[in-house]
Amino acid sequence: MSGERTTPREVLLCPDGPVLIPGPVTVEDEQGVKHHSERPVVAVCRCGASSVPPWCDGSHKQVRRRPATAVPTPRSGRELEDY
Amino acid sequence: MRAPMPTPRGALTEALADGLRGHGVLRCVEPDSHDDAALALWMLYELHHRGLEGVDDALEWDPALLVLRARLEHDLEERWRDRARDLARPAQERLADGEDFAEVFFDLCAADTGGESLARFVQREAVTDQVLALLRQRSVYHVREQDSAMWALPRLDDETKAHLVAIAADEYGNGYPDHLHAELWRRGMTACGLDTGYAAYVDEALPEVLDQNNLMSMLGLHRRLVPAALGHLAAFEVCSAVPSRRMVRGLERLGMPEPIADYYREHMVADAVHEQVAVRRMLGGWVAREPHVADDVVWGAAVCLAAEQETATAVLASVRGGTTHDRPGDREAVA
Repeated sequence: MSGERTTPREVLLCPDGPVLIPGPVTVEDEQGVKHHSERPVVAVCRCGASSVPPWCDGSHKQVRRRPATAVPTPRSGRELEDY
Repeated sequence: MRAPMPTPRGALTEALADGLRGHGVLRCVEPDSHDDAALALWMLYELHHRGLEGVDDALEWDPALLVLRARLEHDLEERWRDRARDLARPAQERLADGEDFAEVFFDLCAADTGGESLARFVQREAVTDQVLALLRQRSVYHVREQDSAMWALPRLDDETKAHLVAIAADEYGNGYPDHLHAELWRRGMTACGLDTGYAAYVDEALPEVLDQNNLMSMLGLHRRLVPAALGHLAAFEVCSAVPSRRMVRGLERLGMPEPIADYYREHMVADAVHEQVAVRRMLGGWVAREPHVADDVVWGAAVCLAAEQETATAVLASVRGGTTHDRPGDREAVA
């Protein structure tokens, strides 16, 4: 390892989903707690509904749908079921 | 490490077991049930995975066995071309109209296939013995998690290959054998007092579970079906994180051992990453570069969803003692 990075790291903001960040990574949460992951890629929660913050657990699929462009879907009654 | 020779379930598996053990020429017989055909194909595929106890490894490429395998595969593929057609079509049409791949794919995986979810059952109402029975059915796949999809790897272009490896590296422990998902599964099974031997519960496996495993082997082994193999893998990942959370809730409710809950906790986080990498990077990129793969990518995903629904319905009927209920549920797979 030269220690010099020639290409910037790519971070992907997934529409209606998490942000994908190349790992290993340490994420400091709002309370200042540090969470470390050795995964090659991590998904960090953006919807605030994850049961394992700061990581994504797929909960965004149950708590919201994409805004603006889509008409609200008839699944709202099931949104938070069993959450 | 080899699979045990399963107990025959009909005329075909009887003849096949004899032939595989080297007892004369393979007799040409018709399967006498779905169960018999599904187990025969599972046995033939096992020759390509780890092999069967007491069977010569050279039989993996025996022409007579390959002819039989091709016949059974043809029936399986025809049945699932048909079974998944209606589920796949709307997504195929949206992609043909130029809609965003990831959006279409996630919508497909959220579509209601009209049955009940196993994870929801575990979360809310299962008793411990029912969960153990379910784990035994799942173990047929989980002891070789991801393996069939790896047959697709050398057939892919470089970019698709790189993304598949990124997912697979995580499944296989990122260089740490202790972290292999199949190893996490074995720890969970041990903690539950279950047999961790490879294919230990194949004799209990329902035909729908064997079909589900056979479909993955078929899609992985045939270069022609590689787009479907990756579509299947991506749908499996998409339908894993949320049901894994339900499994954890159910296992906690029943006070079941931590290692089995840990297996599902790992999948809540790992598969939330894998689904995004699989859909947006691996498949999204591939379909953009080679649009002709789109239809089979979608068909493979639809096969995954429909096969899981058949498995869920059959397993629930079995653990409840023969009764079924119809209730909407979310897709699940746990990759």
